[in-house]
Amino acid sequence: MKRLTNAGILAGTTLIATGAMAQTELSMWYHGAGNEVESNILNGIIEDFNAAQSDWTVSVESFPQNSYNDSVVAGALSDNLPCILDVDGPVMPNWAWSGYMQPLPISEEAIAGHLDSTVGRWDGEIYAVGLWDAAVALYTRQSTLDDLGLRTPTLDNPWTGEEFMAALEAAKASGDYEYAFDPGMAWTGEWYPYAFSPFLQSFGGDIVDRSTYQTAEGALNGDAGIAFGEWWQSLFTVGYAPGTSQDPADRDNGFIEGKYAFQWNGNWAGVATIEGGVDDVVFLPAPDFGNGPNIGAGSWQFGASATCPHPEGVADFVEFALQDKYLAAFSDGIGLIPASEEAATMTENYAPGGALEPFFGLSEAQALVRPVSPGYVVAAKVFEKALADIANGADVADTLDAAVDEIDADIEANSGYGH
Amino acid sequence: MASKLTRSTGAGWAFALPGFGLIALFIIVPFFFAFGLSLTNQRLISPNPTEYVGFENYRDLLSLSVITLEPERDDSGAVIRDEDGEIEYPRVRTITRSDDFPQYRGMREWFRWQSGDTARVVVASDVVFMKALVNTLMFVLVVAPVQGALALVLALLINQKLRGINVYRAIYFMPVVVSIVVVSLLWRFIYDGNDGLLNNLLSAITFGGWQPVDWLGNPDTALGSIMAMSIWQAVGFHMVIWLSGLQTISPTLYEAADIEGASKWQTFRYVTWPGLRNTAVLVLIVITMQAFALFAQIDVMTNGGPLDSTQTVVFQAVERGYGKQDISGGSTISVILFLLVLTISLIQRWLTREK
Repeated sequence: MKRLTNAGILAGTTLIATGAMAQTELSMWYHGAGNEVESNILNGIIEDFNAAQSDWTVSVESFPQNSYNDSVVAGALSDNLPCILDVDGPVMPNWAWSGYMQPLPISEEAIAGHLDSTVGRWDGEIYAVGLWDAAVALYTRQSTLDDLGLRTPTLDNPWTGEEFMAALEAAKASGDYEYAFDPGMAWTGEWYPYAFSPFLQSFGGDIVDRSTYQTAEGALNGDAGIAFGEWWQSLFTVGYAPGTSQDPADRDNGFIEGKYAFQWNGNWAGVATIEGGVDDVVFLPAPDFGNGPNIGAGSWQFGASATCPHPEGVADFVEFALQDKYLAAFSDGIGLIPASEEAATMTENYAPGGALEPFFGLSEAQALVRPVSPGYVVAAKVFEKALADIANGADVADTLDAAVDEIDADIEANSGYGH
Repeated sequence: MASKLTRSTGAGWAFALPGFGLIALFIIVPFFFAFGLSLTNQRLISPNPTEYVGFENYRDLLSLSVITLEPERDDSGAVIRDEDGEIEYPRVRTITRSDDFPQYRGMREWFRWQSGDTARVVVASDVVFMKALVNTLMFVLVVAPVQGALALVLALLINQKLRGINVYRAIYFMPVVVSIVVVSLLWRFIYDGNDGLLNNLLSAITFGGWQPVDWLGNPDTALGSIMAMSIWQAVGFHMVIWLSGLQTISPTLYEAADIEGASKWQTFRYVTWPGLRNTAVLVLIVITMQAFALFAQIDVMTNGGPLDSTQTVVFQAVERGYGKQDISGGSTISVILFLLVLTISLIQRWLTREK
């Protein structure tokens, strides 16, 4: 860690030496190492920012996404955090509560008109703001819907739970597919709570009780939770969906190759699917299991670390980066949903008539952020394990009970996480 | 063997100092840290102050209880049975989650057995840890003897003066030099349930009669698959240790045995094996300790699943301490593991002592 920061300072001082004299260096960590397109866009923004004003100069350090959170935790433990922190939406409350982020002094005008889910708030303060959001949809082919004689669901009139299950049954009975539905069990980690907890919420349950954030009892293992668990298990016991040992390559290509009739996937896979030859792909909204259709929300955002002496500089940078042209550039580059409608009209895919336009509507209409609590980090892991166990045939009620006990014990051990 | 080195203790200690220093810094000091942390409620990161909690972490991990369940009876008092004729019992959660039985709060069924009409259910406050403990012990019990024996067989095979024997030595040793993470990734493909190499191979041998098995996705085969792969990966290392043991046995003993007309088995039983005694003790203890530390394969291949069938103690320690940010819980597991390994090593020392 130390070496990296030193390298950052070194890069900073070189810039100071060659550039304007009065600029103060702001170090920054980013999660996108290894993605060239993403890095290029970010570096472009930083160059523009450094040239556009004379107070600050930003220098960036990129980490691979898989180890990014660990790096930040390690950096925090050794008091070595950069000024500008890149943070995943649902993780932000944990970092704010743990005391390694500080409120971001950004003006309300700068975020006016932005998707709610791109603004990270905790304890009444803004801590982080994102340039984009992500959304999940039910991928299928128009030809599949036609062959199976299914109605096309819309945002105003999504499939009910029964209609969805009837669709899976029809796909299974047709015998044309290896599996009717690919929920994405190969993507372990944050994908599980991000993609699957909205189903639970649609049943009327939740990972924790959001009225107090002090317990999961009744929310996760109540009648709604158990109904969700039974449904979830049936996907695998009846054979609609591939289980936890799904081949990661099948997750990426199975739908394109026609192995799966329906796929639960994010907007980031949209372009690849179309380019993969599925030209009649349609992005359907989440089914409604009784308590409204939901999808997850909240993606990567920028904020200021607690040790940063210049939060106003961070705010300047974030406000600068929030310009529509940069939002559009990120969207065009890596397929993310731009945070504002104006930016959306400037993009290739999310403009009216664009290939991924449905996702913008989904994000506006169905998005529900994951529980805004420092305890989410642990609850998410517990939830992931519970879903994997239920998919593998564990007793639904007992598994959810155990998950509730673990989440509650963690909340208690952390004295209620400051709610 | 007494030399200047063993007598001149000043130089000896100076040479040992870097090693001792590093061991103290990275093994002994952290161990005392771990023991200290296991008595507190320390989190990885938290604004809350650390508190001393005594042995609560140990209780949370190790608490066990037995609940006796009476069968469900209908109005006439007859035992209710389901379609299969099995006796129906009330669900354990009606007891563990009831306010009438605060002593079972937070506990979960581990396993049960039936005696007469009643069922006895062992409930544990941390079923996952209990399963991890059982899996780890099972892993050690299978891997230590099998890997040790296989390594000896390989060592005997390559301890011959044949042309090209070095090729075989290299082949057997190769998995050892490859990173275990890489090996685990490769074996994930080999074990793939649909078109993995192993299923294809078995299918080819049986002319298509083989039904593909999802090796890592099936709770019955997952741990066994990891055992097989771990043995394959590490056996070369112990083969080399056996080999060095074999080569310390004086050839004159073999010549004498030959002259006496000893059979191959007799030569092995009365010349080779006694000569390998110390090597055997070393190999056994090293394999046992390595087996207890099983982590990378689990982390890469199964993450402890399916249904906790491949949970292990070290995996749980990391998962808890770092993944769930509960450093005190992770430390507690480490301390328990240390005591476990220490006990087993002492027993092995005692069993293999010079009589």
